Amino acid sequence: MSDIIKTEALTYVYQSGDGERKVALDGVDLSISRGEFVAVLGHNGSGKSTLACHFNGIRLPTGGAVYIDSMDTRNPDLLYDIRKTCAMVFQNPDNQIVATVVEEDVAFALENLGLPPDEIRRRVDDALRAVGMYEFRRHAPHKLSGGQKQRVAIAGVIAMMPRCVVFDEPTAMLDPAGRKEVMRVIRDLNTRLGITVVLITHHMDEAVQAGRVVVMHAGKILMQGTPREIFTQVDALRAASLTVPQTIEVLFDLDNQTGADLPIDALTVTECADILERYLRPAAAN
Amino acid sequence: MLRDITIGQYFPGKSIVHRTDPRLKLVLVILMIVTLFLAAGPISYALLALYIFSVIKISGIQPKMVVRGLKPVVFIVVFTALLNLFYTPGTELWGFGFLHITDQGIRVAILMVLRILLLIIGTSMLTYTTSPIELTDGLEMLLSPLKKIHLPVHELAMMMSIALRFIPTLIEETEKIIAAQKARGADFESGNIIQRARAMVPILVPLFISAFRRADELAIAMECRLYRGDVGRTRMKQMKLGRVDALTGAVSVLVFAAVIVLGRMGW
Amino acid sequence: MSYILETRDLTQVYGAGTPFERTALDHVNIQVEKGEILGIIGHTGSGKSTLIQHFNGLLKPTSGEVLLSGHSIWNEKGKCERKTRFAVGLVFQYPEYQLFEETIAKDIAFGPHNMGLSDTEVERRVREAMDFVGLDPALAGQSPFALSGGQKRRVAIAGVIAMRPQVLILDEPTAGLDPAGRDEILAQIRDYHARSGATVIIVSHSMEDIARMADRLLVMNDAHVMLCGTPREVFAHADDIIRAGLDIPEITKVIRELCRRGFDLDPSIYTVEDAVRAIRAYKEGK
Repeated sequence: MSDIIKTEALTYVYQSGDGERKVALDGVDLSISRGEFVAVLGHNGSGKSTLACHFNGIRLPTGGAVYIDSMDTRNPDLLYDIRKTCAMVFQNPDNQIVATVVEEDVAFALENLGLPPDEIRRRVDDALRAVGMYEFRRHAPHKLSGGQKQRVAIAGVIAMMPRCVVFDEPTAMLDPAGRKEVMRVIRDLNTRLGITVVLITHHMDEAVQAGRVVVMHAGKILMQGTPREIFTQVDALRAASLTVPQTIEVLFDLDNQTGADLPIDALTVTECADILERYLRPAAAN
Repeated sequence: MLRDITIGQYFPGKSIVHRTDPRLKLVLVILMIVTLFLAAGPISYALLALYIFSVIKISGIQPKMVVRGLKPVVFIVVFTALLNLFYTPGTELWGFGFLHITDQGIRVAILMVLRILLLIIGTSMLTYTTSPIELTDGLEMLLSPLKKIHLPVHELAMMMSIALRFIPTLIEETEKIIAAQKARGADFESGNIIQRARAMVPILVPLFISAFRRADELAIAMECRLYRGDVGRTRMKQMKLGRVDALTGAVSVLVFAAVIVLGRMGW
Repeated sequence: MSYILETRDLTQVYGAGTPFERTALDHVNIQVEKGEILGIIGHTGSGKSTLIQHFNGLLKPTSGEVLLSGHSIWNEKGKCERKTRFAVGLVFQYPEYQLFEETIAKDIAFGPHNMGLSDTEVERRVREAMDFVGLDPALAGQSPFALSGGQKRRVAIAGVIAMRPQVLILDEPTAGLDPAGRDEILAQIRDYHARSGATVIIVSHSMEDIARMADRLLVMNDAHVMLCGTPREVFAHADDIIRAGLDIPEITKVIRELCRRGFDLDPSIYTVEDAVRAIRAYKEGK
């Protein structure tokens, strides 16, 4: 089975303002299979956004190669198909909405594809329902909340029916309520529609929801694995200027201080409470 | 506040006027303007005025709103009226120094005022009953034959609709920047013209930078959504002329024809 | 006892008399003590952003009063004097988008210049402000637009600090930053507070950010002050906070879950350190 996204020794070097050569990506080998939900975690400047921009040909490798569904992004003839296969949602919802009416915006990509009007209509309605914005289809985008705008932007790309959607820090500009809305939609795309999701983020609580976490640091992949494997590497994460979920931090610190040999892989409040309950009440094992 | 400025005010509705195809409305407005200049006497004007007031009535838009739309042109109307009143040759009715009022002057002044008012009301009914996006779409389709002579009709329409999309966003942004600079003690209210112009720099520079950043990001987002100009593009909303349009079109053309005939007869 | 800032029945109605009439603040009474760090929390639309624009007279109350050191900031003629703006420095959300000068030093000098200070005094304050936010003095002559996002934000904050305000208000100072950037900015604000003795007000929708640095918290909800007190006092009402559409720290959730399971722990714990301490005390106390 072929991977939907595959990078081989991907390197990206650019000239900064003062003529200096900067290495943003340094030999990244990454494979993402169909249907996966992968979170790419890293601090600002770790190369995670540059990596995302390679997934649909916004940036082209200066070394190595990127294949989207076996299509080489360096081939300009394939660019259109690559973008149809792997869509992208950006950070600022305002700057990716084109039209003055929600449904017109969602239709934008489909109109560019040259689909017949009734098919566009059907796909627009489906996409809006999938993100829970159908009732807002005739609204003006600028009157919506940040979370709602981002959901419209998501509808606009999933209407293309891509196999994969890359989200480049989609919640960075949203408030907690908006973040939750958008994360729920992203999870839905993956579980219900079977779309491969790549989520670029620096929020731990979002990365925890992924099936696999890739940690970027200084243009390289520092480590990757399930959230449980990754977030228990507390020292390594801290060294990469990242934090860990509080549910793990409390167990990690407690374990360090008391040497009680606690399991520390608690990703949810309940898991954490379970472990602490067993620690505090050893007699009543379970 | 800046927020109160609404570009091309649009009042949503479901009336026949609202539902008429925007292309037809655009054509009818042009025909109406031509007719207006061919009307000559009180009867032809009265007929056209009746037509326009019927349109307002049918559209369900409050006359109050229509009157409000006339405010900016009050000065021009009064000025034109006075000019025509005093400087039209004819039988003098009243004279004082260099001012003369003639019978012709009164007649021309009244008709000129009527002409300007009807012109403004008639055209604003177009923007009142047609959403900006319908207008740009209608314009693009009407002008599409001009693509044959390599006029960038689609690009112009796309520019217009993106501008419409970003006007509210940029207005909001301007308000934020003004507040932020005020918080640093910026003073926009005092000083002479040069000082005031200079006081705009702290607003304009960030605004331009942000507008360019937005344009940049939007361009990438549009490319990612497979935009490549007019090539092989379809539209979700098809414009089809229907019964409503046949009715509106027929009635309007009849009225315009009658006005022109009456006008030619000097009525 | 007099307060540095105080509001009395402060009310703000937007669009009065239109169908869009909305009450953003409804008889709000707040007292800010001199020298404290006050955290204001609320979801989008709770009235918190409106509130802070009243503190320096950017907005005029529909009714009620705003007092600075016991005096109303609006005089009998209905004007707000410009010196209020200098006494109450307000840093907006994403302040980096207001930079406009050719050099960093000139941009920071904008506020002090507007105060009518001498050139030497302005220069001193620019240097001092750059030091406060941890900007290398060698950068003074460079263009602010060449800096990274986080550095631009520091320049913008320095531009307000340079006015030496008695009260420094920051609206979402960590928005869009990664964990490392967030911790740095917060540490700098804490440091500024310690060194200058100024009163600091931080607005956020993130509990975890400000709970650990604020002396007192104020929770805004639906145009009203919902809760006000020390973080401990506020977190004791966690249910109300959640009902107001806000999140409580994960660690507080864990402790509350343990309480629900019958452990006698303080349910208002909101930091990992306190949680570890409390759990150890509980274990050893047995």
